[in-house]
Amino acid sequence: MSAHAHDHAEDHHDDHGHHHKETFITKYIFSQDHKMISKQYLITGLFMGIIGIAMSLLFRMQLAWPDKEFTIYEIFLGKWGEGGVMDPSVYLALVTIHGTIMVFFVLTAGLSGTFSNLLIPLQIGARDMASGFLNMVSYWLFFLSSIIMVLSLFVEAGPASAGWTIYPPLSALPQAIPGSGTGMTLWLVSMAIFIASSLLGSLNYVVTVINLRTKGMSMTRLPLTIWAFFITAVIGIVSFPVLLSAALMLIMDRSFGTSFFLSDIYIAGEVLHNQGGSPVLFEHLFWFLGHPEVYIVLLPALGITSEIIATNSRKPIFGYRAMVASILAIAFLSTIVWGHHMFISGMNPFLGSVFTFTTLLIAIPSAVKAFNYITTLWKGNLQLNPAMLFSIGLVSTFITGGLTGILLGDSALDINVHDTYFVVAHFHLVMGISALYGLFAGVYHWFPKMFEGKLMNKNLGYIHFWITAIGAYGVFFPMHFIGMAGLPRRYYTNTAFPYFDDLTDVNVVITTFAFISAGAQLIFLYNFISSMFFGKVGPKNPWKSNTLEWTAEVKHIHGNWDGPIPHVYRWAYDYSKLNMDESDYVVPGQDYAPQHLPLQDNEEEMNH
Amino acid sequence: MTAFLVVLVIILFGVAVMQMGKIFQLSKGKQDSNAQIANDKDNNVNGWLMLAFVLFIYGIAIFSFAAYWDVLLPESASEHGVGIDQLWLISMALIFVVGIITQWLLHYFAFKYRGRQGQRATFFADNDKLEFIWTIIPVIVLAGLIIYGLFTWTEIMNVEEDEDTLVVELYAYQFDWRARYAGADRTLGEANVRLIEGANQLGVDASDPNAQDDVVVNELHLPVGKKVLFKMRSQDVLHSAYMPHFRAQMNCVPGMITQFAFTPSITTEEMRENEEVVDKVKRINDIRREKNQNMGPDDEVLEPYTFDYMLLCNKICGNNHYNMQMKIVVETQEEYDAWMAEQATLAQTLKQ
Repeated sequence: MSAHAHDHAEDHHDDHGHHHKETFITKYIFSQDHKMISKQYLITGLFMGIIGIAMSLLFRMQLAWPDKEFTIYEIFLGKWGEGGVMDPSVYLALVTIHGTIMVFFVLTAGLSGTFSNLLIPLQIGARDMASGFLNMVSYWLFFLSSIIMVLSLFVEAGPASAGWTIYPPLSALPQAIPGSGTGMTLWLVSMAIFIASSLLGSLNYVVTVINLRTKGMSMTRLPLTIWAFFITAVIGIVSFPVLLSAALMLIMDRSFGTSFFLSDIYIAGEVLHNQGGSPVLFEHLFWFLGHPEVYIVLLPALGITSEIIATNSRKPIFGYRAMVASILAIAFLSTIVWGHHMFISGMNPFLGSVFTFTTLLIAIPSAVKAFNYITTLWKGNLQLNPAMLFSIGLVSTFITGGLTGILLGDSALDINVHDTYFVVAHFHLVMGISALYGLFAGVYHWFPKMFEGKLMNKNLGYIHFWITAIGAYGVFFPMHFIGMAGLPRRYYTNTAFPYFDDLTDVNVVITTFAFISAGAQLIFLYNFISSMFFGKVGPKNPWKSNTLEWTAEVKHIHGNWDGPIPHVYRWAYDYSKLNMDESDYVVPGQDYAPQHLPLQDNEEEMNH
Repeated sequence: MTAFLVVLVIILFGVAVMQMGKIFQLSKGKQDSNAQIANDKDNNVNGWLMLAFVLFIYGIAIFSFAAYWDVLLPESASEHGVGIDQLWLISMALIFVVGIITQWLLHYFAFKYRGRQGQRATFFADNDKLEFIWTIIPVIVLAGLIIYGLFTWTEIMNVEEDEDTLVVELYAYQFDWRARYAGADRTLGEANVRLIEGANQLGVDASDPNAQDDVVVNELHLPVGKKVLFKMRSQDVLHSAYMPHFRAQMNCVPGMITQFAFTPSITTEEMRENEEVVDKVKRINDIRREKNQNMGPDDEVLEPYTFDYMLLCNKICGNNHYNMQMKIVVETQEEYDAWMAEQATLAQTLKQ
């Protein structure tokens, strides 16, 4: 032990050598502490989430009651909602910005940014990220891009409104749609900064996981959360730069007269000079990020639930190696399936066949994951905390949404449902709702780690979960049917087609459920804010978890552990492990053996 | 200004809620530190709710099928569409079986193994055999689906043009459609957006001999039972030619020509007599009648609806994207010939 104490003294010296005084600014604003940065990510993400969800409510109202007037449009949309009638251009702007905000700002930065930052150093036993400074820069770039995105809502001609996929020529030509003027410029600038932020963050995560693991923390002893964050960061590094290049080329097409994506265009009474470009090229570049993006959003959520399900089942996660292998397989496959967004884009049908093949392959690791989750529950002793409920909910929506993916990934079937509400229902369940559940699960579970031991109110958590769960299926189950009826997405109103008149009722049902589930999020917000200030401090390790973060100090200190960094002697999933003669748990009377606990006398050594 | 006030009200509301929470907190006595962690009672209640929830999922599925079955598309009006519908049905049956079983297991286990004080969880970390089984089963099933799907896809997309194929150009622009028929010489004249001028809306090369007998219309007529090859062009931004009743869709891309082919198999007249369509039209007309009765004095009166095939734009293309449509008429060869005979050729149109 004396050797450890010595280490500790040195460590301590390294980290706190200068004993610089923390001012308000260095502690709360330009903080380089990963715990503070994670909170900054979370709160910025939640704020953007409020905007994104509020937007969805506005356009859901328009879809359900297209011929009614709502003063609320005038309040929020100003000149685009005059007389309580929503303008078609602002409808498109709302769906565009809703998609952008939810995918990038909430589910990429708000989810991966928050929990990668919080958990990577704490769970691998590091005092902070590899580079605290880059980490801070990453957050502030994200913040800047959020500000620009929000500012773009207020420009004269309206924000970007070419859909979140911003396909040119629509996104390149202000003549085609007003939102493609200043609004689109700001969108592109904001996203370029966002990508820089995401890359800095991802590089930092990768380096930290590779280099800063504590003694004994081999890669096969990493909690699945860390595996998920690590691989997510790798996918981000591989694919985000491609989006940046697409954005740069689009900027050049828009502002400098190049023709990467434009050719043979006659618009507003004149022929443009552009020749030789192809919008299909943009689609390839966009989806080369766009599809991995789905997994950038989803993998962290799956990592979080793996951890939470194991902890709350009081059982090891079933098939740890298979879980890691499927994360790797999903990550690899995710970079070669982008073409399934483009079956009918006009690309060679042979490519369609290839992408159908790779796309359906992804169902295999996904199925393995789902089965492993279910088996983890089997014969457990489930502690149904709110985080656990959201994790189970995630598996449920992941299955439902994943299964419809088998239909959409089949190029022949995609022909008739491409760009209909069937697709909208599919991806909202499989990545939107699932990832949001992962976010909520993470917040409920690690709230004590973020806010110095305080716990969120569980009863409000239960109410939040059950209303959200019912609302989410209520919104998206019926939505499949209007898609199968042939209703295209991104229609401002369906009244131009009498054929769709009988779908109005379904839209009313969907909107009603949307309002119910959005209402439930207010409960969460209240719970979050009030627990932040008045939450009851629970035990140091409230969920009786094995991972290292619960050994760190409850009070936030720079460097996480007041003493030496704990060493690791086992994997993270020794829950309910019995001793050799099966008379009691490894640690008598305690159904978990934390990672920093050395192998006990009467214990059988496992593979980890 | 109003927006600002609204934001202010929301913030103040938040502050009020927080203050209320504070008071609420103070009024409560001291709690034990485990109060916010699930206890046996919570596990029990939420376990039962899990069981109820899986029934809710089944319920909403059954409800949706019962209530919304009749909004779905009627039988396919094209030959290849029958194959798509078949594949859809098989895949759908498959995913429903898988979905029903896995959702049941997930929620039933959540209920059955809900935590109880003193209950011991089974340490069960690995089982290669089990994992092999549930890797190999999806592999086999998906292999079947992939092969079936690829055959269907290749058959649809690999178009062999022959003597009998009717070639039609679909021309998309903000926010309408035009169709150009090749005329008697069965060859479409060259065209480019740079040649758009006056009546020559599609930029057809007027000097091209093949173009002289081309026919440009804004209502698509197709003879039943004859293969149609659509050549798609766009004048400005991406559009997508979506013909849901024919299970057909292809993007229209400025700068390139895309194509899609199908053989219409049911005429408009026949489709109007299809039972599902009759029902649907009746329902729609009931809705429209009701709306007419409830509308204000300045609202437009809704016309009664009769069924027609339609071509929709299905790729976001601008403010009027939601109303970019063209009527499609499928008719007998004789009716088609008669209709075609009435249309002016491009040469005639441009001369005027």
